[in-house]
Amino acid sequence: MNSRPHHTTSILAIILRWLSSIDLVMVVTLIMLIVLGSLTLFSATGENERMMNNHLIHLALATTMMLIASQIPGNLLNRWSIWIYGFGVVVLILVLIQGHIGKGAQRWLEIGSLRFQPSEIMKLAVPMMVASYLSKKHLPPKFKDVFIASIIVVIPMGLIVKQPDLGTALLVGSAGFFVIYFAGLSWKWLAATVIAVAIAAPLVFFFGMHEYQRQRVLTLFDPGADRLGSGYHIIQSTIALGSGGVYGKGWLNGDQSRLDFLPERHTDFIFAVFGEEFGLLGILILLSLYIFIIWRGLYLATKGEDTFARLLGGSLSLTFFIYLLVNTGMVSGILPVVGVPLPLVSYGGTSLVTLMTAFGLIMGLRRRKKGYNREV
Amino acid sequence: MEKRVTVKSEREEYRLFRSRAIVAAVFVFIALSLVVFRLVYLQVNNHEHYTELSKQNYQKRIPVPPPRGLIYDRNGVVLADNHVEYVLEAVRDDVADMDGSLKRLMQLLPITSQDVNKFKQKLRVNSRFLPVILRKNLSEKEIAIFSVNRSRFPGFRISVRTERNYPLGSVASHVIGYVGRIDKRDLKRLDKDEYAGTTHIGKSGIEKQYESRLHGKAGYELTEVDAHGKPQLVLDEKSPIAGEDLFLTIDLELQLKAEELLKEYNGAMVAIDPRNGEVLAMVSVPTYDPNLFINGISYANYNALRDNPDRPLYNRAIQGAYPPGSTIKPMAALAGLNAGVVTPSSSIYAKGFFQIPGNRHRFRCWKKSGHGHVSLNRAIYQSCDVYFYDLAFRMGIKRYSSAMQRFGFGHKTGIDLPHERSGVMPSPEWKRKRFNKFWYPGDTVNVGIGQGFFTATPLQLAQATAILATKGHGIKPHLLRSTRISRNLPEKLLSIWRLETIGVSKPRFWDDVIRGMTNVVHGPHGTARRAGAGAKYRFAGKTGTAQVFGIAQNKTYNAHKLDKKLHDHSLFVAFAPVDKPTIALAIIAENAGGGSKVAAPMARILLDTYLLSDEEKKKIKEEEEAKEAKLQAKKGNKPASKNNKKQPNKPPKKKKRG
Repeated sequence: MNSRPHHTTSILAIILRWLSSIDLVMVVTLIMLIVLGSLTLFSATGENERMMNNHLIHLALATTMMLIASQIPGNLLNRWSIWIYGFGVVVLILVLIQGHIGKGAQRWLEIGSLRFQPSEIMKLAVPMMVASYLSKKHLPPKFKDVFIASIIVVIPMGLIVKQPDLGTALLVGSAGFFVIYFAGLSWKWLAATVIAVAIAAPLVFFFGMHEYQRQRVLTLFDPGADRLGSGYHIIQSTIALGSGGVYGKGWLNGDQSRLDFLPERHTDFIFAVFGEEFGLLGILILLSLYIFIIWRGLYLATKGEDTFARLLGGSLSLTFFIYLLVNTGMVSGILPVVGVPLPLVSYGGTSLVTLMTAFGLIMGLRRRKKGYNREV
Repeated sequence: MEKRVTVKSEREEYRLFRSRAIVAAVFVFIALSLVVFRLVYLQVNNHEHYTELSKQNYQKRIPVPPPRGLIYDRNGVVLADNHVEYVLEAVRDDVADMDGSLKRLMQLLPITSQDVNKFKQKLRVNSRFLPVILRKNLSEKEIAIFSVNRSRFPGFRISVRTERNYPLGSVASHVIGYVGRIDKRDLKRLDKDEYAGTTHIGKSGIEKQYESRLHGKAGYELTEVDAHGKPQLVLDEKSPIAGEDLFLTIDLELQLKAEELLKEYNGAMVAIDPRNGEVLAMVSVPTYDPNLFINGISYANYNALRDNPDRPLYNRAIQGAYPPGSTIKPMAALAGLNAGVVTPSSSIYAKGFFQIPGNRHRFRCWKKSGHGHVSLNRAIYQSCDVYFYDLAFRMGIKRYSSAMQRFGFGHKTGIDLPHERSGVMPSPEWKRKRFNKFWYPGDTVNVGIGQGFFTATPLQLAQATAILATKGHGIKPHLLRSTRISRNLPEKLLSIWRLETIGVSKPRFWDDVIRGMTNVVHGPHGTARRAGAGAKYRFAGKTGTAQVFGIAQNKTYNAHKLDKKLHDHSLFVAFAPVDKPTIALAIIAENAGGGSKVAAPMARILLDTYLLSDEEKKKIKEEEEAKEAKLQAKKGNKPASKNNKKQPNKPPKKKKRG
């Protein structure tokens, strides 16, 4: 791209260098997804101008964060990991104490007028910390390494479950787990983990869950049991998807969404709005974009400059997939209702910023060698 | 493992990562494929099902009830219409401060706390976007007061409702019937779609009988609503089709006159046009106000009606089975002639009683001294009991019963009203079934004069008289004359149902019987000669006095000593004009005494009412007033003639002529 790389004094050159650290294929795909998502959001918010303005601000903020993140050198990130992680854990504890005093769920830390969701940091901090820890070890990791890595994951996860925010805990846990997986967790142990989870699941269901969470799981198997209560979301979202058919009802024409039958339609259930208005064909296009982004993320991760970069890039890419899987699975009624947004489409600045930052990191962690860009 | 990798190898780790990434990519693809499978299931396989569910979500069919058809008399006088009512109602969602608004409204308008309680109850149940009525029947003044203060009560409004109304109140209430709120039992058999928006249904009388005609066809409005039930826009609508207007055969003038005359007593009157079976009047007294029933009659009102010993809810004209007494003698005479038991010229010698050979029991005649030699003609106009005891005894119950059944006795006439009763034309089989007892010859004797087990409704008596009037050409009595689908379309007359004609061996038998009946009113010795005096037309009639209380063999009937409830019923049947009958009627005045004294004069007034022109009626009235004035003058009291005019309820007894 840059025909004269040795003259680096002009502003143009600085911008170009910035751009050079960005993966154009990834960015273009992200833009396509965001445009498609914004159109859906416009419909889902009931053509609400104020919310769309907010969304644009969120996008600007998220893009800025992505550009900044893409400039952070990998070794710096590696060294910061422990501090960011430590800060995150402390704040999570603070939030928990504050929530305890305030009696009730507490996800936000309020410093003055600034509202801040510390669990969001952990989506990045946990994989960073685990990757930082494991990258220093001989891989595949030994049992002790896996054990310590697991503790690094479980501590913030537990704190987030306590909030309670099952969705975020799930995402944070997956992010940490994926690092261990990419580090070379042996297939035997992986199988053992899966079996352990399978055994633990009913125990967690009966002893570790809040009543409302238990209800959500039960609802998955029989949404009709509580039509107007916990089953309502699922019933309405499956109606929205099903009535959309192959071709959809057309943009802005989703009856379920337009007439307010679909709850949380601009946040967690926006996938149903999309499916109702654009049909199965639209969904196939949307999923193709997502799959392409995940694939590109994994591809970029393999190009990472070192093990830390690869582990972090791979984990962030798969976490993005978990967002997608949990959200679409939930909206289409094959997974329990867990508060996970449709990545880059659902309304909400926090997750947008986190996700775009993650993409910035993925892109920035590539090997920074001369002429690398031509390799792509 | 540990031993194999002792030095941290960048290359190894890169390869390890790459293989893991490939496995992960495959897993991503498989997992998302599962989601896609699910979506195909929802969006392709079950698309129609979910489309239907989606429509059920946002399309609401709001039923639009059809306006109920009106009911008129034969001349177009309204008997039942739909009354426009102004109500105060509120939409919960639009009211900011419900309790405060209600408090202020109570200060402004006469709204009771009962109204408020009912209103709040309905608010809880109804959608918050649908109006709920706070008070009905607002007066013009109340509407004005609210309108001035409307801005103080957001969410409250005045709207118009239609409600069934019977403008004439209790007039012909037993014929018209009434509507009432649809109850659980109605819901079971009703067409849910047709009645979705309807609150009332015919509960008795014509309103019940012709419910399907009066109801009309329901319309609907297909509205798009949001998740909170708030209407967004109308997608489709179909206007309701109003119910048919019904024109009854009732002649209101005759009906009113009969109700007025019978007011003195309890009783019933039925008048039929013998040419076509149209019921010109059907009266049952006491009456009730059907308007009471429309919105759920109060317990107090209902109990008062139900526990009233005079049973106002009961339609005596079709449900009251009375002993017909001597009014059936003309039909019995025809039966006897046709059977050859009697002839027009033969006569019997009547003492004051009849005895079955070999039995000492005396069946007494109303005339203790006896009628002496009586022919058929005299037996009718003098109402000789012994003649008909003898006739029935010699004819035998089987022949007698089947002959009388041809006049309709013992069978429902099939009139277009619910709950008609059949009365009893007894026979040995009937007695065995009913009482498990044998038939005695004495039973036959009693039945011969319309007593004993023999009962008939006033409608049956009127029908039998109509059959006599047309010399055997029976016609099914009915109340619906014509219908009209729309006010702009002509009325459609209903076809007439003819009954089987009664054939007799000699047609002159009819004339013999009718001559006897004519002599009842026009003959010098007829039992109702005073009722027939001065008539502008010739008519035929027959008095009847039905015994309510059995008098012991050695006692005499003394009205003064008996409880009013046990007094004889006064009956009269008649048709006119004799040569070309246009009206046949039957009257029964309960516990009023002899037929000649009460029922016959009433019949004369009713026949005058129906047959005479307005001028003729006016003339009669003037003559009567003059006579009355003369009488008053003789007594020395100056009459206030205006007062007389104002007393339409004057007991009919005083109006007796002659």
